[in-house]
Amino acid sequence: MNDAPLLTMRGIVKRFPGVLALGGVELEVRAGEVHCLLGQNGAGKSTLIKILSASYQPDEGEILWEGKPVTLSTPQAAMELGISTIYQELDLVPDLSVAENIFLGHELSTAGFSQRSETLRRTRDLLARLGHSEIQATRSVGRLSPAAQQIVSMARALSQDTRLLVLDEPSAVLDQGEVDNLFRVIRDLTAEGVAVVYISHRLEEIRKIGDRITVLKDGSTVATGLAVDQTPTSELIKLMTGRSIEYVFPPRSDAPPMTGDPILEVIGLELAGVFTGVDLSVRPGEIVGLAGLVGAGRSEILETLYGARRPSAGTVRVAGKELRRGSVPAAVKAGVGLAPEERKSQGLLLDQAIYSNITVSTLGRFSRFGLLDSRAERKRSTELTESLDVRPAGVDRLVRLLSGGNQQKVVLARWLLRDCRVLLLDEPTRGVDVGARAEIYALVRSLADSGVAVVVVSSEVEEVLGLADRVLVVREGRVVHEGPAGEIDESRVLDLVMEGKVA
Amino acid sequence: MSEQSTSRDTGAVENTVTPAKDTVTVERAAAESGGGGGGLMSGSFGRNLGLVVALLLICAAGVITAGDRFASVDNLLTVLRFASALGVVAIGMTFVITGGGIDLSVGAIVALCSVWATTFATQSMATDFHWIVMVFAALAVGAGCGLVNGVLIAYGKVVPFITTLAMLAAARGLAEIISERRTQIVTVDGFKVFFSADVFGVPLLVIIFALVAIAGWVLLNRTTFGRRTLAVGGNPEAARLAGINVNRHTVMLYVLVGLCCGLAALMLVSRTTTGSSTHGTLWELDAIAAVVIGGTLLTGGRGTIVGTVVGVLIFATLGNVFTLNNQDTSTQAVAKGLIIVVAVLLQQRLARNANST
Repeated sequence: MNDAPLLTMRGIVKRFPGVLALGGVELEVRAGEVHCLLGQNGAGKSTLIKILSASYQPDEGEILWEGKPVTLSTPQAAMELGISTIYQELDLVPDLSVAENIFLGHELSTAGFSQRSETLRRTRDLLARLGHSEIQATRSVGRLSPAAQQIVSMARALSQDTRLLVLDEPSAVLDQGEVDNLFRVIRDLTAEGVAVVYISHRLEEIRKIGDRITVLKDGSTVATGLAVDQTPTSELIKLMTGRSIEYVFPPRSDAPPMTGDPILEVIGLELAGVFTGVDLSVRPGEIVGLAGLVGAGRSEILETLYGARRPSAGTVRVAGKELRRGSVPAAVKAGVGLAPEERKSQGLLLDQAIYSNITVSTLGRFSRFGLLDSRAERKRSTELTESLDVRPAGVDRLVRLLSGGNQQKVVLARWLLRDCRVLLLDEPTRGVDVGARAEIYALVRSLADSGVAVVVVSSEVEEVLGLADRVLVVREGRVVHEGPAGEIDESRVLDLVMEGKVA
Repeated sequence: MSEQSTSRDTGAVENTVTPAKDTVTVERAAAESGGGGGGLMSGSFGRNLGLVVALLLICAAGVITAGDRFASVDNLLTVLRFASALGVVAIGMTFVITGGGIDLSVGAIVALCSVWATTFATQSMATDFHWIVMVFAALAVGAGCGLVNGVLIAYGKVVPFITTLAMLAAARGLAEIISERRTQIVTVDGFKVFFSADVFGVPLLVIIFALVAIAGWVLLNRTTFGRRTLAVGGNPEAARLAGINVNRHTVMLYVLVGLCCGLAALMLVSRTTTGSSTHGTLWELDAIAAVVIGGTLLTGGRGTIVGTVVGVLIFATLGNVFTLNNQDTSTQAVAKGLIIVVAVLLQQRLARNANST
């Protein structure tokens, strides 16, 4: 192994409106090593690799390649240096063939005419090198299994002169045998001097394949260059969870009304292939948290009980009345509200005024014979935005112009206006800065105190533990733990959540 | 520094480079603080002004080239009378496009409605009973076609482009079958008398267009239906998760445009005193063009009735000016194409400015 760094990133800062995504990241990768990037959801791993692949431009900091400063201005520039990234969500064109995908953008051609036989030959060589000669070069990619698609992405990276390969949770779609094969391929590559940046939540895998580890937390590097074989797991979990930001959680009510009848009851809810056998009951005034990894089925559980997805089995009852399956209007009518995960694409009408975003679920209340009383709409919206302290004030403002935290308050105001009895919050503080987070936590707690039943989904374990009264841990579509939030700590949840398939 | 100059002389704003964006914001802020205007009008206000200027330019060209033959009350009413039926279709089209869809079948539906309302059977019933039968026939056929479109799009999940393309072919074909490709002459006197009436010198057709435009404006800007249309077109997923029945709303939008086609067919039948399977040919293009140059976003979520009306008037006046100068329709088509491209380029630039603020 060569000790001179191939890639050095120093003091990388990336800001998004209202949020500091990266606040000074250090990373140093040597040729021929597998460098693992570790951190909780939202720690900044994805943002960092997007900077590496030049999808994002850093606001501050420098990137050195073989000791020389470089600017990664376009994805092409990154590729020319030899940086290839394989994303969690594969970026292949499903209707093109395997060979066409591998050489997309750098097709082999003579005077504009593609060299079909040469392309196929080189594709077969690449696939053979990856130990997957059984994949047909002429088959369309959309008809391959996820594992095979990942091999095609790897072949695509290898078809160019790759010197640094970034793998973002490559094992998420693979079974045990396929993971073993992936590791074999990675070892072959590193033996040839290729550097690999490997991102995974599964500590066991990192133990097996990694050389050194960099730990990110809240957008900053908390440790870098740790030798895998000399760092105990407890140390890693401590680094990932060690608090640098003080989350301010409102105190739980002293005597939560654990005796009342549940307002929301979910029995045996199942969405085929995603989650199964979910039982849940929430009483008025109670906050229940769902913790788990991205892809574990948390958001799907919320969306299914809200009626946005049609369950394959199970029932949802609100105040004793069964909801019609797969009908959002039925859920809304019964008093259920959802603040969705993707606030911008699922929750808001970005190019419309704050007030019309707030009243969109309650229009009937402001209309007589279908005619809207927009003065009343503005008045009620103003009262709500003032009580929630949405800044800047003014309900005619376009929602697009608000920060993440204030946008989230607008979504909450919508359901407040509807007097909803069950509130489902999916990643309520994603993209929200620290100050506004505390306000949102306090708001959720005060809603619960007023008798609303709340279900919170969050990737941030400390958020679930700090906010909720009761916690359910979800792994791979099943609830693996349920208990009061006060009786479980973060590292236990991480243990439950990350218990990987690799032994 | 620039603040000083602008406060002294508002005209100076145009001399600097950056204030182009500022003027948009200022207008928006002004309209917002006005309260009653509402966010929608404010966004399209600047654009509408630009459109009115364009319309005035065309009028000026008319006055210069054709003089009194253009600038007379008679000619004005003729232009309006000819624009009115297409205008009604364009109002309906504004709703569909604002709601995130498109309807290519409007011209064919107009033809089918015109034929259905003037068949021998319909007209006999109209003579025996009342001419209102013809009105109901046209409206029912239009709404029916819209219903088929809407159900296929909302529940069948066929994309609007394909669904309405199929309706375009089928409805015109059906109109040809029913009419046996013959022009059907209107013989019901009551119908002819009613629709060719004037109110204080203004043709009834023009009044119908005005009423539909006003009703359309109220419906889009002041009702639950209109607000939901903006939501469904702007972000269907968010609308669905907010509890709006997006599928049902989509169906209603296509039924609405179908009804507009039925009404337009009646206006066309009365103007030409015939029903024909060739009525409304290429109206889908004229209607979409008027809506788009009016400032309604082709991707949905923002719509302006005022813009559509001005858009219709621009094309109608342009046609009139060309005809008065004995230019053929081909030159006119080229000019139309140019106007569409320029308007859309402008619209995109404005959209980009709005996003960067």
